[in-house]
Amino acid sequence: MAVLTAPKIVSSRSEYSDSHSMSRYLATDGFTALRKALSMHPEAVAAEVDSASLLGRGGAGFPAGRKWSMLRKAPVSYLVVNGDESEPATFKDHYLVEREPHQLVEGVTIAAYALQVSQAFIYLRGEFALGLERLQQAVNDAYEHGALGSDIFGSGFSLDIIVHPGAGAYICGEETALIEALEGKRGFPRIKPPYFPAAIGLYGQPTVVNNVETMANMPWIVNNGGAAFAALGQGRSAGTRLFALSGRVKNPGVYELEMVKNTFRDIIFDPALGGGIVGDKKIKAFIPGGVSAPWFTPEQLDIPLGQDEVAEQASMLGSGSIVVLDEDSCVVRAAWRITKFFSRESCGQCTPCREGSGWLERIMYRMEHGGGRREDLDLLLDLCDNIAPGLSWPPQQTTICVLGPSIPSSIHSAITNFRDDFIAHVDHNGCPHD
Amino acid sequence: MSYLRPDIRQRADELVSLYPQRRSAMLPLLHLAQEQDGYLTDEGMAEVAELTGTSPAEVRGTASFYDMFHLEPVGKYVVGVCTNIACLLAGGEELLDHASKTLGCSIGGTSADGLFTLEETECLADCDIAPVVQVNHRYVRTTTPDALDALVTDLRNGRRDDEIPPHGTLIRVRRNGGLRAPRAQVAAEREAAQKAREARAAKETK
Repeated sequence: MAVLTAPKIVSSRSEYSDSHSMSRYLATDGFTALRKALSMHPEAVAAEVDSASLLGRGGAGFPAGRKWSMLRKAPVSYLVVNGDESEPATFKDHYLVEREPHQLVEGVTIAAYALQVSQAFIYLRGEFALGLERLQQAVNDAYEHGALGSDIFGSGFSLDIIVHPGAGAYICGEETALIEALEGKRGFPRIKPPYFPAAIGLYGQPTVVNNVETMANMPWIVNNGGAAFAALGQGRSAGTRLFALSGRVKNPGVYELEMVKNTFRDIIFDPALGGGIVGDKKIKAFIPGGVSAPWFTPEQLDIPLGQDEVAEQASMLGSGSIVVLDEDSCVVRAAWRITKFFSRESCGQCTPCREGSGWLERIMYRMEHGGGRREDLDLLLDLCDNIAPGLSWPPQQTTICVLGPSIPSSIHSAITNFRDDFIAHVDHNGCPHD
Repeated sequence: MSYLRPDIRQRADELVSLYPQRRSAMLPLLHLAQEQDGYLTDEGMAEVAELTGTSPAEVRGTASFYDMFHLEPVGKYVVGVCTNIACLLAGGEELLDHASKTLGCSIGGTSADGLFTLEETECLADCDIAPVVQVNHRYVRTTTPDALDALVTDLRNGRRDDEIPPHGTLIRVRRNGGLRAPRAQVAAEREAAQKAREARAAKETK
């Protein structure tokens, strides 16, 4: 049975149809956390966030407090919020921005105060037309309310937030590519080191980049204390998290669940959550954390929804998006489509990613559509190995950013777990499901 | 003489003034230029170059990186159908093929009457209502061929124009003012904070 007792930390207002309005926000404790934070010392606010043990919600799961502490030694120049949500099947930030935009604005303002930053940017995916309208409205509302701009609530602290629209590029979710896009350039990830924009970020200045959901947690943490947040979840996975469930389930959607307390079986099958597989069919496989993550099979359904728990099984919780494939889903087609995505979205800077993704896509295409050969299986794995040597998890990196080593996950998983399906495609000279 | 319409030019100037460096306004300005013409014209990109302090070649080079920018004319309604993983599992490819027939254009092409352009998109982050369809980047939530056909009929008759403005996304996104935090005060505060940090650090190292 699913454990649903935890409070809703970031999605508490979603049940209201006007959850995106300032009046609803103010009627539901809006900006009380910001007032409280402004009465505290900035470093006390940062310490509160540190004690919450909040792992970044963007995908890499890096502790937010530690990211901030790298900056406390330097004068922070900019805070950038990553809302370029483009990892396939991830739709939690879209949900937050459209439904609770003021919470994001308040969270960003709290973080900016803790870091003593006076200029923040929220980079939002360009395809979120409604989200951009609502977020800009929330920013406008906050200025009018005195919660943003000069001398916020008479505290002496000042902040400007600029809502910056992206323009359609998956790679801009990578933080250094996002900074390039924010500087008005092509979204090419920057060469590392430096590994963190904390050293050299926007305009060459120290910069913190945090995910939308990470920021949305700030008001609750300030109001209830970091210890209350850390008390939820287990181990390194504290608090709650938004999980985006999609694919062949009866009730796809975004669910806020306490970390670790529920398993993949709970979220996929519990009647209050996913509700089971469409048509009550059997589950064939599922992707636990975005299409960059290696796949899981039904034997792994009882793994808890926690950062380390999933990592121990050689995959990742990643962006918190779970895609379910049923017994009728074609795994070859699924892996081909994911590979096509990476091939389209590779920025082209690094050869293993640029060339490798295209080769893999073409071989997977012929496997699915006719013309595949038995020796293609070895060829596919060999190419995957060239992109991420050893095909281990976490992967070895041969490229500037992690897009490259994310490419092999789906093909490697599909061949390892469903080799017979590939053989059937070769024997049938195309997809047997067609 | 501005190529951009006066109202769009005014908004462009407002945007440029927001950013610490004007080149940062590149993507929002390209969105605006596209709002005016439906796609990025040479004249529009030349003005964006002027506004951002770059060359037209740099503007084109930047614009061509991003999927949302069109360097060729497109239809009044750009219909995007997602076929990425969650939509694939919900029949996205079939819906895309159906859309191609209904709209009378190939994937990536524009209909003869110039009304529609059809795109096969990557994940649009609305995966619980799959397959996802966007028209001019508005979610229309037509997941079946019948619903899509009904939408297309509405679009042909101009019945959805309030909800789905032509082109782009920014025309209804507007700040109610420029930057508010006084720069000089902020710089002074930051300097004071830095000095305090240095003093603390010096104390700690002793």
